[in-house]
Amino acid sequence: MHIPDGYLSPKTCAALYVGAAPFWYVALRRVRKALHTRLVPLISLFAAFSFVIMMFNLPLPGGTTGHAVGIGLAAVVLGPWAAMLSVSIAIVIQALFFGDGGITAIGANCFNMAIVGALVAYAVYRILAGRAAIGSARRVMAAGLAGYAAINVSALLAAIEFGIQPLLYRDAAGAPLYCPYPLSIAIPAMMLGHLTIAGFAELTVSAGVVAFLQRSDPSLLKATAGGSVEIGEPAAGRNLRPLWVGLGALLAFTPLGILATGSAWGEWMARDFSNPALRREIAASSFHYAAPLRAPEGLARLSQVWTAPFARYAPPYVRSAAFGYLLSAMFGAGLILLVCLMVGRLFDRKEPAT
Amino acid sequence: MKLSARHGRGAFVPRTIEALYQAMERALDAEHSAASSGLLQRLDARVKVSGLFALILATALATRLWVIAAIFALAALLAALSRISIRLLASRVWIPALAFTGAIAVPALFLTPGDGLYRVPGLNWTVTAQGLTTAGYLLLRVETAATLALLLVVTTPWMQVLKALRVFRIPVVFVAILGMTSRYILLLLETAHEMFESRKSRSVGALHGAERRQMAVASAGVLLSRTFQLSGDVYLAMQARGFRGEVYLLDDFAMKRLDWLALAGFAALAAAAVWAGR
Repeated sequence: MHIPDGYLSPKTCAALYVGAAPFWYVALRRVRKALHTRLVPLISLFAAFSFVIMMFNLPLPGGTTGHAVGIGLAAVVLGPWAAMLSVSIAIVIQALFFGDGGITAIGANCFNMAIVGALVAYAVYRILAGRAAIGSARRVMAAGLAGYAAINVSALLAAIEFGIQPLLYRDAAGAPLYCPYPLSIAIPAMMLGHLTIAGFAELTVSAGVVAFLQRSDPSLLKATAGGSVEIGEPAAGRNLRPLWVGLGALLAFTPLGILATGSAWGEWMARDFSNPALRREIAASSFHYAAPLRAPEGLARLSQVWTAPFARYAPPYVRSAAFGYLLSAMFGAGLILLVCLMVGRLFDRKEPAT
Repeated sequence: MKLSARHGRGAFVPRTIEALYQAMERALDAEHSAASSGLLQRLDARVKVSGLFALILATALATRLWVIAAIFALAALLAALSRISIRLLASRVWIPALAFTGAIAVPALFLTPGDGLYRVPGLNWTVTAQGLTTAGYLLLRVETAATLALLLVVTTPWMQVLKALRVFRIPVVFVAILGMTSRYILLLLETAHEMFESRKSRSVGALHGAERRQMAVASAGVLLSRTFQLSGDVYLAMQARGFRGEVYLLDDFAMKRLDWLALAGFAALAAAAVWAGR
């Protein structure tokens, strides 16, 4: 996530410094106005905290570990402007003294993580938390999702910055001068790690620390809660009931899929190519390019390899299409839950005795 | 100190202790090497900050591999003249950068379209001339810029590096907050280190994944509470010493003849690199 020197062109770095400058200016003006308050030591110490938290090896589900950046937590506790300064300072210190991120890329890293990340985290937190009490489980969930969204939006920005380099900067022989990978490679490569490991590390820290603060010092969450929100009682334990209710509701609504008309692009079966009605649907969803009269040879051959038991979400022994959809959804969701449970059991090994 | 090797892959407490320990060790090493008598150590911090940053910028601007290689050689020479050991450079910069950026650069050898140079037997993958060049640019730039950045921080006390940032017209409030942060990073690193050490000494038996996560998050929460408590204490201490919202920095820099010479040398070398690397 921290872009080192050499991956971005000086022009890209300069553009991102310019993009970050107005936000730093506004944030510093706000700090200057509040210099007589405890904001100066608070920003310094929170930046130091963000730095130290990155050293924590967080055990994640699946047996792996990850590091959080603390963007979500900074936005939830300090608000967006102070969070911008705090995370920017942590990034400058990491680049200068610990070689984590480049010096020419400080503007890019601050723009991605400290500025856009803090704004995204704050917006997601405020929208999802709404007017919920400080001690509510909804705030824990909102903080976790705020951290998850912030780190992923920051990673997407970094991927776009990487991906435009080979389009813009090449030498006379056509060799890319900076990051060599186009958007089609940079975006999946960056997002794969962030949607999974880094995103969950950020989610775990943001949600976990907010849950901890609800119990130990809820007043720290008051600054960004808005207006006259009650402190309320902290959520007890891991209440998964809302998740189960949500999953049940989603399952109940799956027959709505029958109402959808047309053909799902690229999900055609071999026999669809010889059905005139379906051929018209294929053409309608393909900019009116006519489909071949017969299924392509490879598609026809490979479609014989495996016959799904619930093909097209319609088990052959169920007459009602709606019930077939519901049954398929229950079977699929149950199977996924079972696999998750087994993987969790497999990798959730015990910490060796110390 | 390879604690993780002794405790296995799942031992997150020793691994976190090791990470915290390494960060503290790095800070102490920097203070130690900044106090020795080498070429860069004798220079004014402002000259080093502007000179080495100019060379990093020249590295980024260069579009010829030999120019970047020449700046890398210059960085190695500066390290030798400043009594920075090759071992330190290799362990801190060269090997980690080679491992990280190397892993990123290798696929570019095959994925970059261009003139085929070599076909890997059995895999039908072709190394292209353009792929080789782009991997070279990436690796050399990263190694050179990281070496120059390391030279700055191991030859200059950290507080002086931050004060010297004022030459770039960075607001004094920002520099003051940076200074406070760098000091409190060391304090919080030590606090976190002690927390994990005491937790490790109290822990008997095995912890499940969920318990480990709970412990890590609770440690982060406790550290945050302590951070806020410390912030309040620091504010009261600042007020007790007369802080009323105005920030001043003690400027104890003084340019000597050697500093002016070094500044001219850095400017000439950076300008030559930018010109040759066009």
